[in-house]
Amino acid sequence: MGSSRKIEILVGLFVVLGLAALVVMALNISNLTSLSSDKGYTITARFDNVGGLRPRAKVTLSGVSVGRVTGISYDRETFQAVVSMRLNPDIDYLPEDTQASIYTSGLLGEQYISLEPGAEDEVLKDGSSITLTQSAVVLEEVIGKLMVSLTSKN
Amino acid sequence: MLDTLQRIGAFTLDTLSSLGRASLFLVQVIAGIKSTLLRPRLLLRELYSVGVLSLLIIIFSAIFVGMVLSLLGYVTLVDFGAESSLGVLVSLSLIRELGPVLSALLFSGRAGSALTAEIGLMKATEQLASMEMMAVDPIHRIVTPRFLAGCISLPLLSVIFMSLGIYAGYLVGSVWLGVDEGSFWSQMQSKVEFGYDVINGVIKSMVFAFVVTWIAVFQGYNAMPTSEGVSRATTNSVVYSALAVLALDFILTAIMFVK
Repeated sequence: MGSSRKIEILVGLFVVLGLAALVVMALNISNLTSLSSDKGYTITARFDNVGGLRPRAKVTLSGVSVGRVTGISYDRETFQAVVSMRLNPDIDYLPEDTQASIYTSGLLGEQYISLEPGAEDEVLKDGSSITLTQSAVVLEEVIGKLMVSLTSKN
Repeated sequence: MLDTLQRIGAFTLDTLSSLGRASLFLVQVIAGIKSTLLRPRLLLRELYSVGVLSLLIIIFSAIFVGMVLSLLGYVTLVDFGAESSLGVLVSLSLIRELGPVLSALLFSGRAGSALTAEIGLMKATEQLASMEMMAVDPIHRIVTPRFLAGCISLPLLSVIFMSLGIYAGYLVGSVWLGVDEGSFWSQMQSKVEFGYDVINGVIKSMVFAFVVTWIAVFQGYNAMPTSEGVSRATTNSVVYSALAVLALDFILTAIMFVK
């Protein structure tokens, strides 16, 4: 009976240890907030050029992460890229003339969307679309413009 | 020419028939799950010998793998001034890849070989046959509890491997090499997603657990009842498990993590 009790205790310890490791992973190592990503609401924005933006990229408000990009597609009517993003449900006060810009974090970092609130009274709701956008900066374009302005001085 | 063709044909038929036997065996094993669950004491004993006794090697390797990963990652990343991403590197490689794969390989060496040898020896000493004489189904009584214990233990061991490895990586990276503690954890938390990375890593280790234990118990049950046959079955069990885990890992990674 004694040895059976010991085995039971050790097996119990093993299972508890495994589950504890899973909880540590959930709370400490990963961000469980992503599980709640099915909450919130979706808005879309049209860009002339999304550059290297990828699905699951961050959407920020003054640098604070408030949502994620859920999909990028191409609209054949307007010849523009359509980016849909899901915002956290507590961010429900963004004015309708909010501007969306694509920036790069750091010199070689990944691209993300930055929102800048406007001044309208109407707020963005599920399914609304942002009209004021600023496309990603493509390095080749910048270099090309720079070359033109440098050479035209002569 | 004909001899070569005949050899290829014989090999194919042989492989097919052993695959068929393994599948039928699996069906019988799974059919015994209900009677095993009704007698949890058998399962408990196997959980002890398969899971608890594997803990030591898993803990030990997790700590050293995490430390080495952190050290090498630091040496590479510091050249680009990107050592704050060390946490992401260590955690993602452990969760997606090294945790499930290494613990499956260690598990097949530590527990899978023991299962094969145990069942093979029971067959060689005719314990299985005598059970059948007493109208006890040896598959339900002997094999199913071991199979189930393996399928439960390995995912738990993998999760322990992952989190211990990450903490060991943190010890080397932050405490010893001086990577900023805040960016180590915060970058890790922002890049690792529970629903995507962790869940897929755990699913991977569940698949490995199933395959490794299946191979182990089948090799044992199918062993030639001689001392040479048991030793060959034990070798086969470890070799086939390693090959199956590595090949499956490629397929699973391609399905899960490549968009």
